[in-house]
Amino acid sequence: MAPPGPRSGDAIFASVERVNAELFTLTYGATVRQLLTDLEEVEEVNKQLDQMGYNIGIRLIDEFLAKSNVSRCIDFKETADVIAKVGFKMFLGINATVTNWDADGTCCNIILEDNPLADFVELPDTCQGLYYCNILSGVIRGALEMVSMKTEVTWLRDVLRGDDAYELQVKLLKQVPEEYPYKDDE
Amino acid sequence: MQFFGGSEISPSPPTPTVSGNNAHMMYVFNRNGVCLLYREWNRPLHTLNAQQDHKLMFGLLFSLKSLTAKMDPTSAERGNLGVPQLPGQGCSFHSFRTNTYKLSFMESPSGIKIILITHPKTGDLRESLKYIYNLYVEYVMKNPLYTPGTPIRSDLFNTTLDQYVRSIA
Repeated sequence: MAPPGPRSGDAIFASVERVNAELFTLTYGATVRQLLTDLEEVEEVNKQLDQMGYNIGIRLIDEFLAKSNVSRCIDFKETADVIAKVGFKMFLGINATVTNWDADGTCCNIILEDNPLADFVELPDTCQGLYYCNILSGVIRGALEMVSMKTEVTWLRDVLRGDDAYELQVKLLKQVPEEYPYKDDE
Repeated sequence: MQFFGGSEISPSPPTPTVSGNNAHMMYVFNRNGVCLLYREWNRPLHTLNAQQDHKLMFGLLFSLKSLTAKMDPTSAERGNLGVPQLPGQGCSFHSFRTNTYKLSFMESPSGIKIILITHPKTGDLRESLKYIYNLYVEYVMKNPLYTPGTPIRSDLFNTTLDQYVRSIA
């Protein structure tokens, strides 16, 4: 018997508990606002958002795997596709596409068609260096690290900074094989 | 005397009677070999201390997985025995049965291993283990007070788990 294939993002999105989108957007906005006040430096806020995302990602991966029935992530290409088609749909209700693969299949771009985090947002002049949605890149990095893929995730395009879309670059640094965790002499 | 094969198992453990509970114990490990959870319902015999016992179990699974992947006759590309594999690479076993118990095993791509030891006549528990993984997500991973990678101390999780295991096994 073949294991059941991954469930579609739509099906999962329809079956999970959701919060009001505006509440979500405003809560995130309030969080970023508070970080800006607390940390003062825009660079520090970017870092903090990435770290928060990472902490979310390392937990979120289990929910993702449990609900989506994905049983393996060996191939980076397949994995990126699943993130875009199932992951984004399941947690944010948005569609994303994967483009721009490099020759050896270790680097790709994910374009978000919509971004609920950035609704109602305008960046003031003082925050031009801010990657407002940096939490998303952290989430992806954290989640992939839990399935043994070390990645680097950066924003290429951001509507809030004047571009015409949201685009993330995901670059695979290395895949870590499983090792026996105990030392022999223990 | 017959050691291998044989449909009738002997000595057979007592068939479950009390409250339908014939699960013996359960382990949850993460990728680093940390025993996140150990539950024991019915285990008359202890031969090792808890730490050694957990290590032995993890080691058994780790080696058995690598062995089953190595034995796979359907896959062309397989590494040498003992060569580290990427998570999810190669095939894996999901249960084995001895004359006195059955061990069911599930591993998620994120490295969470769930092991349930039950009466040898228990049926296929793969779906049940998946359900337990879902419980783990709901009660452990979504708990903000839980630090990932540390042993689970959640009475709510334990109670829910006990109830569920009683209903399946």
